[in-house]
Amino acid sequence: MLIDWFTVGAQALNFLVLVWLMKRFLYQPILHAIDGREKRIAAKLADAAAKESEAKSERDKFVQKNDEFDQQRAALLTKASEEAQTERQRLFDEARQAADALSAKRQETLLGDARKLSKTISRKTREEVFAIARKVLTDLAGASLDERIGDIFIDRLRALSDEAKVVFAKALKTASGQALLRSAFELPEGQQTMIQKVINETFSAAIQVRFETAPDLVSGVELNAGGQKIAWSIADYLSALEQSVGELLQENDQPEVKPESKAKSAPEPSKSTARPQ
Amino acid sequence: MRLSPDEIIFWQHGFLKLNGTIVFTWGLMLLLTVGSLLITRKLSSGLKRSRWQNFLEIVVTGIAGQIEDVGLSQARKFLPFLGTLFLFVASAALCTVIPGYEPPTASLSTTAALALCVLVAVPLFGIKDQGLGGYLKSYIEPTVIMLPFNIISEISRTLALAVRLFGNMMSGSMIIAILLTITPFVFPVLMTLLGLLTGMVQAYIFSILAAVYIAAAMHVRKPGIAAQAAP
Repeated sequence: MLIDWFTVGAQALNFLVLVWLMKRFLYQPILHAIDGREKRIAAKLADAAAKESEAKSERDKFVQKNDEFDQQRAALLTKASEEAQTERQRLFDEARQAADALSAKRQETLLGDARKLSKTISRKTREEVFAIARKVLTDLAGASLDERIGDIFIDRLRALSDEAKVVFAKALKTASGQALLRSAFELPEGQQTMIQKVINETFSAAIQVRFETAPDLVSGVELNAGGQKIAWSIADYLSALEQSVGELLQENDQPEVKPESKAKSAPEPSKSTARPQ
Repeated sequence: MRLSPDEIIFWQHGFLKLNGTIVFTWGLMLLLTVGSLLITRKLSSGLKRSRWQNFLEIVVTGIAGQIEDVGLSQARKFLPFLGTLFLFVASAALCTVIPGYEPPTASLSTTAALALCVLVAVPLFGIKDQGLGGYLKSYIEPTVIMLPFNIISEISRTLALAVRLFGNMMSGSMIIAILLTITPFVFPVLMTLLGLLTGMVQAYIFSILAAVYIAAAMHVRKPGIAAQAAP
């Protein structure tokens, strides 16, 4: 017989015991360990998911803040650009004004310098011109010229106005009938006599005339008495001309003077031969 | 020549006896229990664990996966019974490499005992799942006429379970014993290797068929699995 029923029963019992033993010592501990590990992994995954979610929210927050920051930065940049533009315009205007002022000042300075230079040149020219004229006339001066001058002086005496005559007569009276006649060169006797005669005639009195030579007259004759003077000399002409030109240049130096005044004040030798002093 | 380890009698007193089948079964029980105890003594629930723990976890989760594949969704409920069936039959076969050892599954008494256990377990799980009435009603479905056929089917498949395992394991031992007398060197080693493979296949078939019977009793059969279940 292949089947032994005692053995069958014993084996069935053995198997059931083995089932219990395996359940107790194998399946339960192993499944427990697996469950524990799965729980830990699940917890870690949940933790990771929570962290990921948190990171995502943080990232969203960061992105939002970044956007806000970008917007603020753009606004600030625009504002700063506008302010810089305004400031630049202001500085540019200031600089332009300063440059204009400096330019005007420089122009003025240049004009002043030019004017000064012009003045200096004019003065020098005038002095040179008069020096040359004086030199030329001095060189030309001589006895014959003095004679001619003496003739002219005689003519002038004769043509003297009544008013001048009265004034000079008074002066003569003050000087007790004495007069001084100065000439650049010594006048010839005949002309001296002629002049004496004409003077006596002109003032209707016996006037004692003293003749002197005065080289500074350049060329001419001068009659002095009691502070009054009757004269005709080239030096007078030159002095008058010099005075006139000086006045003219002074007028030109002033910018307010109208250009028309220049033509009016053209140098012209005075025709007056005798004038009270 | 011995056909079964039942014939090795160590001690006998009347009806009671201590034969090779029982002694080798105890040895296997001791081996499995002590092995499990040693390995599960220092279990780790962390990510780092020992090789033996990994091995046992693979075995346990593999068996549970197979049970679920059969159609038993709550695999852990059936794991002790079906898993122990597989481990016992498989370890009985694997230990044939030990000289002087004879597998207890080569005894028809052992396979009959295992088949009887399945025969009892199937209605127990069925009744637990759907109640006594519900389970008994499954015998008269689709008609009452099917009742005797269903009963015959229960008995015949139990018988088939026992005889199939016994035949395979006994034949393996017999073939090796015969070949040792004819060609004592290389060929028995090859046949031993083949015997190991056969033993593993038989362990798988036995436990899977038990799972399928239980699943059928619980009305959770899957198409295809039932067809495969036919011996």
